[in-house]
Amino acid sequence: MGGLPAGRVEPTEHDYALWEKRVDALMVLLGGQGRGVITVDELRRGIEQLGAEAYEAMSYYERWIASMTNTLLAKGIITSDELGRRMAEVGKRGEGAG
Amino acid sequence: MAARFAAGDRVAVRRAFPPGHIRTPWYARGAAGEVERICGAFGNPEELAFGRRDAPKQTLYRVRFAQTALWPDYDGPPGDTIDIELYEHWLEPATE
Amino acid sequence: MATHDHHGHDHAPPPDEDGPLTYYQTMEIAVRELLIEKGIFGADDVRRAIETMDARDHAAGAEVVAHAWTDPDFREALLADGTGACARLGIDIGPTRLIAVENTAAVHNVIVCTLCSCYPRNLLGLPPDWYKSRAYRSRVVREPRAVLREFGTAIPDDVTVRVHDSTADMRYIVVPRRPAGTEGWARERLAALVTRDSLIGVTVPKNP
Repeated sequence: MGGLPAGRVEPTEHDYALWEKRVDALMVLLGGQGRGVITVDELRRGIEQLGAEAYEAMSYYERWIASMTNTLLAKGIITSDELGRRMAEVGKRGEGAG
Repeated sequence: MAARFAAGDRVAVRRAFPPGHIRTPWYARGAAGEVERICGAFGNPEELAFGRRDAPKQTLYRVRFAQTALWPDYDGPPGDTIDIELYEHWLEPATE
Repeated sequence: MATHDHHGHDHAPPPDEDGPLTYYQTMEIAVRELLIEKGIFGADDVRRAIETMDARDHAAGAEVVAHAWTDPDFREALLADGTGACARLGIDIGPTRLIAVENTAAVHNVIVCTLCSCYPRNLLGLPPDWYKSRAYRSRVVREPRAVLREFGTAIPDDVTVRVHDSTADMRYIVVPRRPAGTEGWARERLAALVTRDSLIGVTVPKNP
């Protein structure tokens, strides 16, 4: 985005939520030298492929988990079926995000 | 691996727009600057973006650009600069 | 990442701690559970990675700068090889390499990643939201002096502004100028003047 028109830099920040740190931790673990399941550049490419509108519609770590999940699906490390079933089950548990 | 350019060499960034995951900023494409240092050989992000960890490494450079070379309407002194990390296959000798 | 130099910044509370899970929060839990069940990593690995993250803030960066201010040999080593100099202090920079850029009477440095959000997290912790924002990433390369003014940092025209775009495998830390009136100070006291934002280069250290 270097050089594109944009507004004033608002000095915003927030204390990261636990679920955001967990997304970050997953990438640290998946990208680690030993495991090497997803490269940092695969993460970045996956974020770019979410499209320009995702930058506005999704938060930073939402884009990360979406990109990581797509890559895990593409590599066959997890399948759509098991992920869909697990997400439905997680939703039924009624937990908070922690 | 032998580096094609040395610190102090004038280089130009290729004005190219390939698909894929590219880590050459748009604003630097086509611009000329000076090699500030050689960083070493690193995995090529264009290959790593598709999970190919064993692709040949590329020499990475830091190239210093005058702000006025990047933005003709730059609002600041002519000495201001941007340093950008660029992989060797994006650079060619500057012709100017 | 809790309380430190947020001086003039809005600190919003962590988002989405309560209430029903969002779609992507649900996705994170499901993906994490599946990866643990498949033996890609353990639940302990996730916990340890978060503990490591929580233990990091800009204190490490401030310590590095305080050393550079008080030990000329260290300063020289840091500017020649940031990664190696940090290792001498027991600080591991991780898989990327560190370049330290020094502010002087003639040069002011500022760091950005225009392509994503590359940041020296082993020295500064996780980046603040503004560092990842469209506004900062778009503008600091094109009008750095205006952006610095928005942070309250006015750079005179006889001082060169050098922007460093972290596009690849290098990470950067700014070594700010040591404030006047700190002669003879101990390192710990000096380190307390070094704010996170001064290590990114958008501000200068606190005055004594």
